[in-house]
Amino acid sequence: MTITITHYLVLSLVLFTLGVVGMVIRRNFITLLMCVELIINAATINFIAFSRQAGDVTGQVFAVFLITIAAAEAAIGLGIIVALVRLKQTVQLDQANVMRG
Amino acid sequence: MLDWVVANVVPIVFYTAAVLVVAGAIGVIWFRNPIHAALSLLATFLAVAGLFVLQHAEFIAAVQIVVYAGGVMVLFLFVMMLVNVRTLPREYQYVRSLLPAAVVTGGFLAAVVAAGLFARSYLAAADPAALTAVEGQPMGNTEAVGWVLYRDFLLPFEVVSLVLLVAMLGAIVMGRRDQREEDAREEAR
Repeated sequence: MTITITHYLVLSLVLFTLGVVGMVIRRNFITLLMCVELIINAATINFIAFSRQAGDVTGQVFAVFLITIAAAEAAIGLGIIVALVRLKQTVQLDQANVMRG
Repeated sequence: MLDWVVANVVPIVFYTAAVLVVAGAIGVIWFRNPIHAALSLLATFLAVAGLFVLQHAEFIAAVQIVVYAGGVMVLFLFVMMLVNVRTLPREYQYVRSLLPAAVVTGGFLAAVVAAGLFARSYLAAADPAALTAVEGQPMGNTEAVGWVLYRDFLLPFEVVSLVLLVAMLGAIVMGRRDQREEDAREEAR
């Protein structure tokens, strides 16, 4: 019983799909951002799995970049949430229906 | 029993972490309370870090724990307490018609599975020693990542730090009260 790259790819696929399902069916902005984190984590698993498979550290370097971008995205998204709550007193996405403040 | 565990330690760790990852992800989209969802997300992050250790990416596993569990998770919980999710009006949390959602995600799933099956036969597993060596010299995984990061990817590294700077500025600008709001508060006092 060995763990091959296919195991990691299938796990990453399941994680990605769960993230997309969450983004589609949830209306809460905070939960939506968490689903984005799930999707980015799925991508990171893929990078690390292929890095292991190819014996090349470059995949791990890209995982560092991915984690950085995910952190930046979370900071921006949560800033938007704070602004939205101040404006509308809600985190429900369908309540945010105007573009201008 | 012990011999069996020692012989199968990699599959045992993999399947444990995989179950945790999937269960945490299901929790994220299942729990109505965002704080429960965030803690569920934390389980996913830690299990993913375990998977990284399993694949000779020890440095990335440490970064994953420090940045996600230590940084992003605290940011999420902090914002939830700042906006006080409990006092917000209770509203329905799910989109009612799940059929379009199922179709969209099913399409994604099929596309990615197809791509994965086509790509599968091209790569043979390499020697993991390459992940802890620079130009044939054996050294730690952190050192190997550092060499590649600062030698071959210096410009992307700088660009990413610029992205972080812009994100920081954006968060500050959006989190700030604007002047009108401040004046209104002063007058109300």
